[in-house]
Amino acid sequence: MANSVVLCAGLRVVRGGVQILSAFSARIEEGAVTGLLGPSGCGKTTLIRSIAGTQRIAGGRVEVLGRSAGDPWLRRRIGYAAQTAAVYTDLTVEENVRYFAAVTGAPRDDVDRVLDAVDLRPFRRVLTGRLSGGQRSRVSLAVALLGAPRLLLLDEPTVGLDPVLRAQLWDLFGRLTDGGLSLLVSSHVMDEAERCDQLLLMRDGALLAQDTPDALRRRTGTDDLDEAFLALIRAAERGDGDRAVA
Amino acid sequence: MIATTVRVLRQLRHDPRTVALLVVVPALLMLLLRYVLDSKTTFSHVAPALLGIFPFLLMFLVTSIATLRERTSGTLERLMTAPLPKLALLAGYAAGFSLVALVQVGVTTAVSLALGLSVTGSVGWLVVVTVGDALLGVALGLLASAFAATEFQAIQLMPVVVLPQVLLCGLFQPRAQMATVLRWVADVMPVSYAVEALQHVAAQPDVDAAFARDVLVLAAFVAGALVAAAGTLRRRTR
Repeated sequence: MANSVVLCAGLRVVRGGVQILSAFSARIEEGAVTGLLGPSGCGKTTLIRSIAGTQRIAGGRVEVLGRSAGDPWLRRRIGYAAQTAAVYTDLTVEENVRYFAAVTGAPRDDVDRVLDAVDLRPFRRVLTGRLSGGQRSRVSLAVALLGAPRLLLLDEPTVGLDPVLRAQLWDLFGRLTDGGLSLLVSSHVMDEAERCDQLLLMRDGALLAQDTPDALRRRTGTDDLDEAFLALIRAAERGDGDRAVA
Repeated sequence: MIATTVRVLRQLRHDPRTVALLVVVPALLMLLLRYVLDSKTTFSHVAPALLGIFPFLLMFLVTSIATLRERTSGTLERLMTAPLPKLALLAGYAAGFSLVALVQVGVTTAVSLALGLSVTGSVGWLVVVTVGDALLGVALGLLASAFAATEFQAIQLMPVVVLPQVLLCGLFQPRAQMATVLRWVADVMPVSYAVEALQHVAAQPDVDAAFARDVLVLAAFVAGALVAAAGTLRRRTR
């Protein structure tokens, strides 16, 4: 079994009096694309923020690359792109990437590399605020790729992208893992799950299942991941029902 | 830190209207004041205090909104996950806006002098204190942005933070003649010291201990507000 880059044990997060994650435990493998899937509001973003170290946690622990999440040592080793494109709309694409390259300590020629990776080089002199939503989130992704992160946390990076571009990005994710990078990519589109090495299926702040796409299909006896997810939810609900009766 | 300064200036370069407003408005207000008062002597009497208020007010407004946008757009969260010390970020910000303030103050002072403001002391000191005062606006703006959730709220912090200082800074009534309680309040407000220092430079040929104290108090407030602002930047949020 591969080494794990992230380890969550009994993670509990409460936001505004509401429990978002409860006793969440999972591990993320090194050198793999792990898909984080589940309905919106199930806690995907909160989990990613907990791993990025920006979320205050109420209990349990999150270990990233052997350190406690949020450790300053990790700041150069994690690339994080939040769901909203966290870039400056009043700067050009290149100015954005240059600035973040400077603050993350990435080498100067990294700017061209990451712009090529997200296919934005022709737009480098365009004001980010004038780009489409999909292009803007690619600028954000380019920033996350800066430097030499060992773990990439991407929160819904393909929302609002056309199918061609989505396929390109998933190809890119695959190539990145060849270089030993580990990725955690959240999505609520099941057909993207197919492209992942590992899947974390979440529901209501808890882990429903963690396995490879193939193994999940086998387990549930379906050849469709959507079906597999539904089967797992139904099984979990039956489990809850049994307990309620008992 | 320099990267942040350059970035702030680049953002402003893409927003020429804001730059124009920042640089031209205080000078125009001085022009307006000159003809409202319609007397060089009265203008000369009032202008030093206003030189301490206009740049302060504008820089407070611009910085609090700019920082709030940084907080709400997610760029601040992203910076908090980067290997960048909080004070370096704030110092970069302050340096960028100070350069803008320098241009603003230069223009405003030049226009005020052309309008008949007579300065007995050194114009150099006048500019130093005014830039320090604008920097105070930057530092308090950075801090105030932590107490606003929306730009709507940020704008409304302006009258809360700025107007009491305008009323109590000695412009309408010398601090020494205020009721004791009001004087105490005025004494803990930084703009009072900026205004006092500016009035000193305008009226006295030399700097003295009282002037030095005013400048030091102003500097201490700037440093204190920046440190407090750093405290409001959270690497982890709820």
